[in-house]
Amino acid sequence: MGRLLPLFGFLALFALLGFGIWWNQYHETNEIPSPLIGKHAPEFTLPLLDNAQKSISEQSLRGEPYLLNVFASWCVACEEEHPVLTQYAPQLGVKLIGYNYKDQPDDAKRWLARFGNPYALTIADLPGSVAIDFGVYAAPESFLVDASGVIRYKRIGPFTAQIIEQELKPMIAKLSSSATP
Amino acid sequence: MKPYLTLLLLALVLCCSSAQAIDPLPFKDRAEELRFQLLTKQLRCPLCQNESLADSQAGVAKDLRQKVFAMMQAGQSDEQIKTFLTDRYSNFVLYDPPLKGGTLLLWFGPLAALITGGFALLLIVRRRARQAVVVSTTTASEEDW
Repeated sequence: MGRLLPLFGFLALFALLGFGIWWNQYHETNEIPSPLIGKHAPEFTLPLLDNAQKSISEQSLRGEPYLLNVFASWCVACEEEHPVLTQYAPQLGVKLIGYNYKDQPDDAKRWLARFGNPYALTIADLPGSVAIDFGVYAAPESFLVDASGVIRYKRIGPFTAQIIEQELKPMIAKLSSSATP
Repeated sequence: MKPYLTLLLLALVLCCSSAQAIDPLPFKDRAEELRFQLLTKQLRCPLCQNESLADSQAGVAKDLRQKVFAMMQAGQSDEQIKTFLTDRYSNFVLYDPPLKGGTLLLWFGPLAALITGGFALLLIVRRRARQAVVVSTTTASEEDW
């Protein structure tokens, strides 16, 4: 027994290493869990991207669920995500709202003209101050907000077809089932 | 020669300390600047997680520094500022996470490992010492023979 002890020690360390490798494969260690999930979306009033005179508030969005997609023309991963969002937007069953983050309006408009505009409407946060309230730290990020204005799900990084099917769609399905009790 | 050297060193130190301030903020005095620097050093940049808010050049870090500064101007305490940030970015922004259920392992894990290791070492040393005594008495008796 005593002679086997070092072997057990080694096996324990080996198991720990294996667990670490396995864990990192399935978990993005850079992702910050949002403390906002289950809480009310922060209050904001932001101008529309294509009409700076008109602004949209958090309250005016209540009543139906929406997916808020944080994007910017300077964001490379957004370019990757954009075709996926454009493809899935009509079949998601929730309103897709663009959140233009720290971007020059002209750059953003040109970007949308070039890659297509899947958003029902786009709000612009040039200074990025409201984004702090949302806990945004990079683009793309997306928030699923339910009809009463509560954040139900957050995605950090680009959506892929797989993530939409496996994570987003079930979350949206849960929204509609809890909305009609 | 010596005064020149001192001057040179002083110049070096001064130029380095001014290089630390990434974006110039209108501090009202040195104490406020020190408080700001101390606070932002304890906060972690959410984007580049191996850098503090004080050091990071990331856009969000710059925005957060400005937010921290604005909150300081508004008379908020360090605790209030930290709470504001953890409400939005979770405990990840703190280099010193608070002591609670989920962080017990983080806080006491190393201590537990140290104690376990210490006990193991103690056991091994004791056993060896006992064996050594047995060996030495047997060799001693052999020599007597």
